[in-house]
Amino acid sequence: MLWACVLLPQLALDGVLRRRPPSEEPLVLVSGPAQQRIVHAASRSARAAGLYRGQSLAAAQAMLHRFAMVDYDASDEAGWHRLLAAWAYRYSGEVGLLTHAVVLEVSRSLGLFGPWPRFESLLREDLAGLGFRHRIALAPTPQAAYVLAGAHDGMAVTTPPTLRSALAPVAVAHARLPDGAAHALSSMGIRTLGQLLAMPRAGLQRRFGADLVLQLDRLVGEQPSSMESFRPSDAFELRMEWAHEIEHVEALMFPLRRLTGDLSAYLAGRDGGVQRFEVVLEHRNMPATRVPVGMLAAARDAALLFDCARGRLERVALPQPVVAMQLLAPDLPPFVPAGRDLFDARLANAMPLDQLRERLRSRLGEHAVQRLHRTVDPRPERAQTSSPHVAKAPWPETRLRPAWLLESPLPLRGPPPEILAGPERIETGWWDGGDMRRDYYVVRTAQGQCAWAYCPPGKQGAWMLHGWFA
Amino acid sequence: MGQLVALNTLIDTRQVWQGRAAPLPGSNESTGWPALDVALPTGGWPEHAMTEILLPVDGVGELQLVLPTLARMTQAARQVMVISPPYLPCVAGWEARGVVMSHVDIVQAAARDVLWAAEQCLRSGSCAAVLAWPQQADDRALRRLQVAADTGKALAFVFRDVRHAVQASPASLRLELESQPAPRVRIRKCRGGNPPAQAVPLAAGWS
Repeated sequence: MLWACVLLPQLALDGVLRRRPPSEEPLVLVSGPAQQRIVHAASRSARAAGLYRGQSLAAAQAMLHRFAMVDYDASDEAGWHRLLAAWAYRYSGEVGLLTHAVVLEVSRSLGLFGPWPRFESLLREDLAGLGFRHRIALAPTPQAAYVLAGAHDGMAVTTPPTLRSALAPVAVAHARLPDGAAHALSSMGIRTLGQLLAMPRAGLQRRFGADLVLQLDRLVGEQPSSMESFRPSDAFELRMEWAHEIEHVEALMFPLRRLTGDLSAYLAGRDGGVQRFEVVLEHRNMPATRVPVGMLAAARDAALLFDCARGRLERVALPQPVVAMQLLAPDLPPFVPAGRDLFDARLANAMPLDQLRERLRSRLGEHAVQRLHRTVDPRPERAQTSSPHVAKAPWPETRLRPAWLLESPLPLRGPPPEILAGPERIETGWWDGGDMRRDYYVVRTAQGQCAWAYCPPGKQGAWMLHGWFA
Repeated sequence: MGQLVALNTLIDTRQVWQGRAAPLPGSNESTGWPALDVALPTGGWPEHAMTEILLPVDGVGELQLVLPTLARMTQAARQVMVISPPYLPCVAGWEARGVVMSHVDIVQAAARDVLWAAEQCLRSGSCAAVLAWPQQADDRALRRLQVAADTGKALAFVFRDVRHAVQASPASLRLELESQPAPRVRIRKCRGGNPPAQAVPLAAGWS
């Protein structure tokens, strides 16, 4: 077994930062009761100004004149944590959640994504794209990976014998030991894990209880670690909230790109797709605006999802400024990637056809892109349809048909046309009230066009134009 | 004789004018009309470029002209987009000419969106041919289509009224259809050669 640990040192802060466009403005998360507000996390520029975690808000305000403040929200943080677990699920079937970290079993994934340096850079690339700061380590046990990720970013230990020597220099204070034990150990003069692991277990158990010993055994792999394996949920729901109000649709594009990107990462983890989702724009004192987004087929490409949602959103007139945005995808159908031919003659950088269709639909309307097929109905008006629910005619049409068809027949104006072929009588439709009796002819108009026209049976006048042999 | 220079190196570097234009590379996109292929300097549709087809009225053989090409493309599973056609394409009529309708998408666009849709399709690189019926198109809009066709390596067919014939056009090939006395196509402009004086006869649409 090999476990990779992705440690997320700034999970809550990154969750807030990624919903606003990149800026250098100092930002802090604050928590605690109203009288005793403290800094929960500080962005890089805020830390550069001397702010730190645990500082009282009054002291922070004394040090830095202006900074943005956001309330720390534990449920928000838990949501991001789950999202990242769902992302990690893409790389491994066994994913666990630890405080501020996600661990994944990778020994079986290395065959597909490996070797480890490549796998690691894949993970880092994804996380950077999602906008989360991270530290990654690899070890034979999840606990050891967790400890090593905190100690050395990028450390990789693959065999149990080297694990002990890798863990030895780690300070006890950073070894994620049960509460209280770390402090007591360092006051006893035991400062590193190496010293602690060398001590007799029986004595440790008597002094510190079974918890510490069990933790040490799990660390070095002498006891299996009991961890609940993460299962992604069957629906996607993500919400972003801002402290300020957004009045223009254009300003929603950045958070929208994030939301659809997260949805795409989530779908990749589940190996699923989405065909229908909903963007909910919440207002301060009005019912939310709901924007449904539907696609022709299940998809999960981030650019495609964003394109579709953007096209729909751009046509929305906001009745009020938006304070929060939510993306709901209750139904996640299986995703079948379109097969592409190895010897495909299309350009390498061509936009996939599905994406092109979605882009056209999002601007021109839901029914703008159609494909036609023939039906079994002999009446010219109903002989073809764009509805995919009507069965296709299994046999080829042998009768003469024009290339253009008028949606509804029009009277043919001008002098009497010259008859080229015909008549073909169509007398049918008694079963649904659309009864028709017509003689169809191919005629030539005075302007030299070949027309498909009909007249009442037996007569050659009162011509109705129904198509062109263009 | 101070210095001998091989003649073919001079010719290859195009330093010697030989009095006749270098032959154009032949087109891989045959029109499906042998007489028209012969009349065109590239022996087919200009590749990755725009062809403008001018019509006196609808229904004078404009589809006859392109359907053999569309049939060849769709049979090879290459996508064709039909943008804002003036009438419904009749499936039976198109299939009779060999077109596979599952590779033909019909895009219904409002008049002001036709050029936008055509440009998106051409630029995407996933369509083999794009047919468009723009209501109003100026020189700049057509030039954009020409560039998009080159970017996406696609054939663009733009159908316009014959009254636009007097305006200059950036199209690589301009064809004018005539219906009287018999269906004919006249080459108004073709890149890489002088337009032939003779019109090329087309078969009537219904036969």
